[in-house]
Amino acid sequence: MTKAPADEIAAQDFATVVARHRAQIFRFLLASTRDVDLAETLTQDCFLKAHRNWSNFRGDSTAMTWLMRIAINLQKDQWRNRRLQFWRQTRTNSVDVDEASDWLPSGERTAEQQMLAREQVGHVWRAVETLSERQRTVFLLRFVEDLELKEIAEATGLSEGTVKAHLSRALGRVRTELGEKK
Amino acid sequence: MKRNDEVAGLTDQHDELEKLDPKVEEALNNFKRSVHTWSEAMVSRPRSAHELVVKKVWKLAAGWALGGVLIAGAVSGGVFQQHHQQELARIAAAREAEHQRQLAAERALEEEELLARVDSDISRQVPRAMEPLASLMTDDEIQ
Repeated sequence: MTKAPADEIAAQDFATVVARHRAQIFRFLLASTRDVDLAETLTQDCFLKAHRNWSNFRGDSTAMTWLMRIAINLQKDQWRNRRLQFWRQTRTNSVDVDEASDWLPSGERTAEQQMLAREQVGHVWRAVETLSERQRTVFLLRFVEDLELKEIAEATGLSEGTVKAHLSRALGRVRTELGEKK
Repeated sequence: MKRNDEVAGLTDQHDELEKLDPKVEEALNNFKRSVHTWSEAMVSRPRSAHELVVKKVWKLAAGWALGGVLIAGAVSGGVFQQHHQQELARIAAAREAEHQRQLAAERALEEEELLARVDSDISRQVPRAMEPLASLMTDDEIQ
């Protein structure tokens, strides 16, 4: 058996992985950065990195948690490199919380319900803004991507206990922002 | 013992996550739907390669322009500073020259006054040469 067909099969598998998870990775990065261009760039980088290391993927975790881990690390690298922080600040296209809150599904809701939902979304965004990088990542993975605690722990490299602690604190912020007493 | 406390704490946190009150749950659901809608809209928006290139080029140009402005600012600041120092030095030199000129003028004036005084002193001494004769005269003669 020649190597070429094996590579082709691997490439097909990877293409399937990209097709299946691209939207989710982009969504997570978009929510993390609130910058469409940056999220697109990081998504591309994520799949490029994944493609390069695809042969090393042993399947210990799901492809999604593996990809999410790459995405989280890329996002960390993006913001932790302080040397170019000034240029990044000048180049950032992050939308503000109010603009992000404008995105609501157009459904059968009344105008009043839409307004209420928009307000709630704004409160959650404001709470997310105050979270630390880790808390935000864990919060978004849980409440936007609907990942289980075990999956979040795998994707972030944290223990489940730490994930729970971060989620608890993040929820506390959301409650405070929503004006609710714990 | 401490480990047991930690485990108990985590169990409480897990319970807290499990039983979200309706208001928070509703807000989190709306938040999730909002992010999904936004993301879907961004993924499905028509974007041409031209637009991407233009955007990238524009950003690059803006970055370089800003960098250029900063460099030009730094250079012109240095030039201005140098010019400013030169101007200060020129003004100081002019002031010094003016001061020297005034001193010279004052000195010249003083010398002139001294000469004038000497002249007047000398001219006043001439009649005094007659004083011995005057002293020989009696008071009656004077009257």
